[in-house]
Amino acid sequence: MTTGSTEKVNGARALIKCLEEEGVDTIFGYPGGQIIPFYNELYDSNLRHILVRHEQAAAHAADGYARATGKTGVCVSTSGPGATNLVTGIATAYMDSVPIVALTGQVPTFLIGNDAFQEADITGITQPITKHNYLVQDANELPRIVKEAFHIASTGRPGPVLIDLPKDVQNAEIDFYYPDKVELRGYKPTYKGNTQQIKRAAEEIANSCMPIIYAGGGVISSNASAELVELAETISAPVTTTLLGIGSIPTEHPLYVGMLGMHGSKYANYAVQESDLIIAVGARFDDRVTGKLESFAPNARVIHIDVDPAEISKNVKVHIPIVGDAKQILKSLNKYIRCCNSGAWLEKIDHWKKEYPLSYSQVSPDVIMPQFVIEQISEACRDAIIVTEVGQHQMWAAQFFKYKKPRTFITSGGLGTMGYGFPAAIGAKVGRPDKTVINIAGDGSFQMNSQELATAVQNDIPVVSVILNNGYLGMVRQWQELFYDRRYSHTFIKGSVDFVKLAEAYGALGLRAEKPSEVRPAIEEAVNSGRPAVVEVIVECEANVYPMVPAGAAINEILDPEGHADTPCAMPDLRAATADRVLDLEEH
Amino acid sequence: MKHTLAVLVENKSGVLSRVSALFSRRGYNIDSLAVGVTEDPEISRMTIVVHGDDHVLEQVTKQLNKLVDVIKVSDIGGDETVERELALIKVAADASTRSEIIQIVDIFRARIVDVAPKSMTVEVTGDEAKIEAIEKLLRQFGIKEMARTGKIALVRGPKKV
Repeated sequence: MTTGSTEKVNGARALIKCLEEEGVDTIFGYPGGQIIPFYNELYDSNLRHILVRHEQAAAHAADGYARATGKTGVCVSTSGPGATNLVTGIATAYMDSVPIVALTGQVPTFLIGNDAFQEADITGITQPITKHNYLVQDANELPRIVKEAFHIASTGRPGPVLIDLPKDVQNAEIDFYYPDKVELRGYKPTYKGNTQQIKRAAEEIANSCMPIIYAGGGVISSNASAELVELAETISAPVTTTLLGIGSIPTEHPLYVGMLGMHGSKYANYAVQESDLIIAVGARFDDRVTGKLESFAPNARVIHIDVDPAEISKNVKVHIPIVGDAKQILKSLNKYIRCCNSGAWLEKIDHWKKEYPLSYSQVSPDVIMPQFVIEQISEACRDAIIVTEVGQHQMWAAQFFKYKKPRTFITSGGLGTMGYGFPAAIGAKVGRPDKTVINIAGDGSFQMNSQELATAVQNDIPVVSVILNNGYLGMVRQWQELFYDRRYSHTFIKGSVDFVKLAEAYGALGLRAEKPSEVRPAIEEAVNSGRPAVVEVIVECEANVYPMVPAGAAINEILDPEGHADTPCAMPDLRAATADRVLDLEEH
Repeated sequence: MKHTLAVLVENKSGVLSRVSALFSRRGYNIDSLAVGVTEDPEISRMTIVVHGDDHVLEQVTKQLNKLVDVIKVSDIGGDETVERELALIKVAADASTRSEIIQIVDIFRARIVDVAPKSMTVEVTGDEAKIEAIEKLLRQFGIKEMARTGKIALVRGPKKV
């Protein structure tokens, strides 16, 4: 720390200078007692601060911003409850490997451990859900720590890093000097794949008759889409993606077979099960993907490309591991591969595609099917960034929107956080103001962070939320229907709120569609309004997400609508009883 | 199957908790854990004895390596190592048993580090088997209290981990 360019500033000012050095232009946050010194300095700075209405939304917005832009998102909160409110957002980012830096106020160092007012051990609490975290004990260490935090968050397998900032550290005066290098002897991610392994992988590919590429979120975070598509096209291999891998190859690419796993397409799951080689790129063989592990792709050899060595052979035995950055590895792999003829294999897959397309049936002409809404959004907003909440609508958004580019589908995959979508959409729109951003929501999820309408209106962030209102916590209801004898325990939420009035109460645009013909105009009006908007679409209340692989089954043991025909809504609260009675009458 | 891991970590507060939390969170069992500073004051060495099959060990090693404060993880179970554990054992003793205890202590090259009218405290160093053997022999006199350090180990010869 001996250079001419030092300057005396307090810790809070130093932190802002660090953020500027890291190229941060926007942060999402909420002030409070122990972070006031930071906010006091923020008042004079050029950083854009988006004031949210709940700290959880700040973390999700930073996450949405990061996923949409590829940059590191930043969120800020005070100590205690402010910090604990970030926890769900941090855990969401951790599970999906999203680079965010969370800054939390903390009680002064001399009060730590004293059960002081608004004290929480946030570094302890977030230890299992951060890539790394820091409690700053000495303001002089602040620049080094911030430098390290951004480095750790954005490199290797990205993830959240938290910095806890005691109030006295924010006030302490230091000689500011921003280091230009980090020195972390315990952290050295591997980027370049082992050449011998890459050559072996190329040989495996050459010897395979029925290869399939299985692409995950890692392809998107390493910006490796072009390389992935080149690999697929060169070797004529079908590509399936995880939920987070959606967008790494265009939906309409002839080699794309859709998402695999629990709600994946039948043809993707059949292809994986029959394949003789799985080329996994930036994916982690999650239980929602593999189903019953013992029956997963029984004849396949596995090449696994991942930046995190701990993912290799964690769930599925890998024959050729290649640790490193997906983009670099695919680039070099593409030099060694030759075009190979998978003609018969692709024919077989095309046959499955025709035989078992993703589909849904229109219950009656007046009813809006939720899948239809997604198709309408897909046609009306071709280049939009789609963000989702969690539940049935999320799966329909994954299945029925036609994605064209990476970073245009933003969703909470690993943690499955309801309430993620709306604040993440706000973050995405802030990061990509040039894009239309649509939050596809359910009536349950939207209510988990609907207060962020105030954030969108106050900061003039024109995000459109399309709420598929079926009056149920639909995914749980679907499980109750299929696996719990239609006992709809506490999943009926119809009439909780008038979403149009709710939007209007916040000063946003509120629209409702109740007939199929009203859907497209409402979406277009909302998008063209240039205002934060909510489109409430009243959809068929008991539509199910199909295909479905029940939890714990092999991924070719697939439930589909036949035998589980969607039926029109009766009075929802009487529905289970009525259905039982009808069955009884039919039996006698 | 037991494995001995030598884990070099940053000598900072919170590191022990990160390591132990990792084991509990991922469901790995620790048999013993000993930690102390190394020849470099900025680095601590943890000696962790875990049991599990090769798959578990591989995961433990990789997950430990993901911690930013972990500098190096080595499985030294397969190497020729010097392994030691230290135990302090407070045994009930009076005039009638004291000499017999001293004999046992001598055989084990252990030491008496405290004597009182009704007790003696024995310090014994060695591998796990040796400590268990002396414990077994002393049990007949009545062990009042016992503390063990957990195993520490170095690879024999000039090689470092």
